[in-house]
Amino acid sequence: MSDQAFVRSEIIEEQTPPLTAFGLVGWLKSNLFSNWFNAILTFISLYFIWYVLSGVLPWIFLSVWNAGSLSECREIATATWGDSHGHACWAVIKDRWIQLLFGFYPSELYWRPILAFVLLLISLAPVLYTSVPKKIFYLTAVYPFILPWLMWGGSVWAYVSALLGFVLGYAIVRYTSEIVGQLGAVILSVIGAIVWWLYIGPLLLSQGVGAILPLALEPVISRDFGGFMLALLIGVVAIGCSLPIGIVLALGRQSDLLILKTISVWFIEFIRGVPLITLLFVASTLLNIFMPPGTNFDIILRVMIMVTLFASAYMAEVIRGGLAALPRGQFEGADSLGLNYWQSQRLIIMPQALKISIPGIVSTFIGVFKDTTLVSIIGLMDPLGLSQGIRANAEWNGIYWELFAFIAFLFFIVCFSMSRYSMYLERKLQTDNR
Amino acid sequence: MSDLAIDREVDRSQMQVSDEEAIQITEMNKWFGTFHVLRDINLTVNKGERIVVCGPSGSGKSTLIRCINALEEHQRGQIIVDGTVLSSDLKNVDKIRSEVGMVFQHFNLFPHLTILENCTLAPIWVRKTPKKEAEETAMHFLEKVKIPEQALKYPGQLSGGQQQRVAIARSLCMRPRIMLFDEPTSALDPEMIKEVLDTMIELAQDGMTMLCVTHEMGFARQVANRVIFMDQGQIVEQNEPEEFFNNPQSDRTKLFLSQILGH
Repeated sequence: MSDQAFVRSEIIEEQTPPLTAFGLVGWLKSNLFSNWFNAILTFISLYFIWYVLSGVLPWIFLSVWNAGSLSECREIATATWGDSHGHACWAVIKDRWIQLLFGFYPSELYWRPILAFVLLLISLAPVLYTSVPKKIFYLTAVYPFILPWLMWGGSVWAYVSALLGFVLGYAIVRYTSEIVGQLGAVILSVIGAIVWWLYIGPLLLSQGVGAILPLALEPVISRDFGGFMLALLIGVVAIGCSLPIGIVLALGRQSDLLILKTISVWFIEFIRGVPLITLLFVASTLLNIFMPPGTNFDIILRVMIMVTLFASAYMAEVIRGGLAALPRGQFEGADSLGLNYWQSQRLIIMPQALKISIPGIVSTFIGVFKDTTLVSIIGLMDPLGLSQGIRANAEWNGIYWELFAFIAFLFFIVCFSMSRYSMYLERKLQTDNR
Repeated sequence: MSDLAIDREVDRSQMQVSDEEAIQITEMNKWFGTFHVLRDINLTVNKGERIVVCGPSGSGKSTLIRCINALEEHQRGQIIVDGTVLSSDLKNVDKIRSEVGMVFQHFNLFPHLTILENCTLAPIWVRKTPKKEAEETAMHFLEKVKIPEQALKYPGQLSGGQQQRVAIARSLCMRPRIMLFDEPTSALDPEMIKEVLDTMIELAQDGMTMLCVTHEMGFARQVANRVIFMDQGQIVEQNEPEEFFNNPQSDRTKLFLSQILGH
């Protein structure tokens, strides 16, 4: 019999792994002390962690919460621990946190941003989680009109009129595309909506119904907006609008239609090639020059448009990456079944391209949200702008870390939630065997 | 090349060929840039015919059948599919695509949808079939390709052979008049080729008009009523399978056959 011939006659029984391969000991050995070099690295890392925490934790927790000014804070700290440094003065947050959240928004109207925030969470729920009742989508659809009404106030009928313009446009597309074709229907609906917004809507609702039933909230001017509320407001609008605009731009860039493609490419390249600060300066100063004299184009609205455009250009490139990663076979598979362009985009291409792009999309969202702090440079009172204001005060002159820590904490909560949600979504959408 | 299909009894008497034309291609030319991929293609396919297209790689055989459902655009000549002239008019293109099923080498199933959703998507959106009816049709065809129990899984969880059978079922759900196969077994393990070929043979027995690009010569012998050999973008030879394999005329065909049947 040759040495190489072999036939197994019985199957080997399953055995428990050796003790060093599982449990706490196994974990420690394989992850921290697998050889002497890794053991040294482990000890160095532990020392480093201890060094940082031993500095930061006392600062955070051995701190002063009740004081009227920074000097009082220092006196209390000296009296308690013997030194004035190394102890946070959270009293400034306790004193000013409402301002850091709401800016100079009238305090008797705080319920409006709070309500807007709660409604935002509710109307986001069906978008983010499939288990939420689908009926809430009706709220999601009208939320873009509720939000500005709650925030800026004024007559409800202006916003109802704006909403009805969109409804009218949709109805025109829905009922005339059979007769005049898709492109004709879109053109008609745009004309119809514009006519409604400019002439019929204001006449009918603002002057007609509005005069009989004046449902209005007390107006709040943009100058009073500020704090984390302002950052959230700009961030939410930019995030919400940049995704659809980004999709359209990415498709435009991939399109066979030359003019559409050229416009998309130049828009994306121009916006990406310019720093956001420049765009914000254009929004705050230059734009007024181009407007007819006397028009008052709200500064926050201008900033929102610029931040949205900025985010859209990045979004378009992220989504284009997802489109490029899709195998050509997916496009051909959709085509071969007779799906038209929009059907295959909506049902086959976009769901997969967006899924691939989730990490990039969420990174862009997080980036845009943090970029909203740049508006402090053009004089809007975002949290960073407010922190300067607070420091300008005699009582809190010279306080930095506590304010920045608080602002960082607020931003971290929002950004970290987005990041965790994107990981959840990726896991949920995973359909292969990996 | 695999001859797995050879040991199967195929009843050719059921495969009736009608006189009506399903596809008519006249003087068709296509270029990729300046490269002349298809030259003066003339081909008529009658309803119920099963045609196998073979040839060396780069001979334009895949491009030919991809022109039939306009996945590739031809530059000169005419293609008439089921009475509709293929032109750049998108309405015509979508109409032809919904009448012509296509099975790809790499299946091209939609990985984000379940097997059942893959099969019902086009009937629901293109044919406007009610969802329930589309699901019944889908289950019918999934049973026909013998994988109804996988209906709620995702394509990524299936083997290659199963995926290809799903792809066939997905095309059949549109109730196509013509089926195109673009190397349907080339990406499969030998063990899985048989299950896909079995499905295709059944389809042929049901009287489907089929155009297959394949190297499965056993399948060609058993099922095809015409074999077309292509080289350098031209149809070099076409004949009935027996004649084609036993008595090839052109030297190029002889060389090709000796290479793929020789071992």
